[in-house]
Amino acid sequence: MKTYDLAIIGAGPAGMTATTAACAQGASVCLLDEQQTPGGQIYRSLNHCDEQRGAILGEDYLYGKTLIDPLSTIDADQTFGATVWRIDENGHIYFSTHGQAHRIQARHIIIATGALERASPVPGWTLPGVMTVGAAQILIKSSGLITEGAVLAGTGPLLYTVAVQLISAGSPPTAIVDTQQPANYVTAAKYLPSALARAATLKKGLGYLAKIRSAGIPFYRAAGDLTIEGSTAAQALSFSHKGHTVRLQTDNVLLHQGVIPNTQLTRSLRLKHEWNRAQRCFHPQTSDWGISSQSNISIAGDGGGIGGAIAAQAEGHVAALGALQSLSLITTEQRDAGAQPHRQTLKKEAGLRRFLDALYPVPEEVMRPSDHTIICRCEDVTAGEIRSFVKAGCTGPNQTKAFGRCGMGPCQGRYCGTTVTEILAAENKLSHDAVGAYRVRAPIKPITLGELASLTGTGD
Amino acid sequence: MLKRTSNNNPVSFTFEGETIPAQSGDSVASAMLAHGTQALRVSTRRKAQRGPYCMMGACYECLVEIDGKTVQSCMTTATDGLQVSRVNHEDV
Ligand SMILES: Cc1cc2nc3c(=O)[nH]c(=O)nc-3n(C[C@H](O)[C@H](O)[C@H](O)COP(=O)(O)OP(=O)(O)OC[C@H]3O[C@@H](n4cnc5c(N)ncnc54)[C@H](O)[C@@H]3O)c2cc1C
Ligand code: FES
Repeated sequence: MKTYDLAIIGAGPAGMTATTAACAQGASVCLLDEQQTPGGQIYRSLNHCDEQRGAILGEDYLYGKTLIDPLSTIDADQTFGATVWRIDENGHIYFSTHGQAHRIQARHIIIATGALERASPVPGWTLPGVMTVGAAQILIKSSGLITEGAVLAGTGPLLYTVAVQLISAGSPPTAIVDTQQPANYVTAAKYLPSALARAATLKKGLGYLAKIRSAGIPFYRAAGDLTIEGSTAAQALSFSHKGHTVRLQTDNVLLHQGVIPNTQLTRSLRLKHEWNRAQRCFHPQTSDWGISSQSNISIAGDGGGIGGAIAAQAEGHVAALGALQSLSLITTEQRDAGAQPHRQTLKKEAGLRRFLDALYPVPEEVMRPSDHTIICRCEDVTAGEIRSFVKAGCTGPNQTKAFGRCGMGPCQGRYCGTTVTEILAAENKLSHDAVGAYRVRAPIKPITLGELASLTGTGD
Repeated sequence: MLKRTSNNNPVSFTFEGETIPAQSGDSVASAMLAHGTQALRVSTRRKAQRGPYCMMGACYECLVEIDGKTVQSCMTTATDGLQVSRVNHEDV
């Protein structure tokens, strides 16, 4: 079995930066990522990007090369197509590549597994033809596939980014149905001063909105009551707008309500998590150096709380320095001096994030969906059913499994967990921390008996 | 509907016996979507049609069967000669 000073899980901006920074200090490092190439969500498939795709995706995407290129010059073991499905208390990491299981050991582990898009449980969101906005962007990045005639519904920076990318690809969305409310501007205004340190980013965002406007895309503001119609596939999106019901015919609805930390691995390790009220999601608790409630595990990037790609990059650096100092591979002075510039970046990004969190809050209908909306996609459990479990005495997410198989499907609660916590907190009038989240057990991704056998067969 | 920005390195696989064209960079799921097939599975309880939702390996709505194994088609690279079929849900 191979052993390392440091293992890093996830090759997004956080994981790539942590890897490069740790190698620069002479540590032995292993980087693992489930994708076939480095980049994470934001810089996905950048290695295979041609000129045309680059023009569609824009300069923020191409910037990722500055993080990806150094990986080919450093002395770290890097395995792609590697799905990590278990970390144990002794620092063993279990992962699979091509149906073959492997095990390595590291003295310290940085989990940089990023974010998932928040579920948008609205009636009809399970129909074929309904995807996330991020899924449509993945089709562009990985395959050069452009979604034509899509309606984008929800809110958040990524929704506008992808709208602009579709415009650049010559296939503007047929409409944008925005759930952001005018009151959000008022709430956000008080955070504007702290966001001004990132005036260039704000300006870029305004530029996106201007591009959408000048493309003449119908833009429905302050929309609500989203419903996707269709029996076997999406046929239309209906919603309320200025006191009327609007119905748009479309077979492609792309939903988005921001992103939330991917906590599968951190939950499976039983690390301490807490509810973030501004971002409406759980994230693992960490020190200033990214170290979790278990001293040999650190978290960097969006997996520790949503900060965006630039913050993820800075956190990767800080977490690597923190880990190396805890392994006595660098001194405290070296750690502190090395982290200094990245701390400044993090401060500025945090100011911007507070503003964005207030500007694009999660709408009520997504936090507390109507009774007939499916919440657990895997097991077809509706919000009404979850409320009926509460009437029968259900107080915690894990109990919803016993009451009605909620969260027991193959996605292991990735897309229903946060909504289940929201519903239980509201119905039982409890805090989100008191309600808690699903218990996650390894393997965090289903593995076959053959894979397990291949692990013992390697003789490690 | 999906359009392709480029045409390179064509490969093909079969889905339920039908030949599906694909390109380098495609996952089985993206090739199916480009082909116009969105519904890949039927949900366990309500037997409703489902198709890829997240394209990043998290939602498990894109499950298919390849070589007797249930896999996420969005995380499976499309390669020449793959034989893909719908999953038998009793096994999932
Ligand atoms: C679909 C999607 C698209 C996005 N697009 C943009 C965008 O265009 N612009 C923008 O500013 N922000 C975007 N974001 C927001 C994004 O979260 C951050 O900007 C940034 O990518 C976060 O960096 P990170 O390093 O924390 O994590 P990520 O970049 O998310 O990287 C995490 C990596 O961990 C890997 N991973 C996860 N679990 C495992 C496991 N069990 N085993 C092995 N590997 C694992 C993943 O494959 C991934 O490569 C997007 C988010 C999503 C979900
Ligand atoms: S589409 Fe979500 S896991 Fe494949």
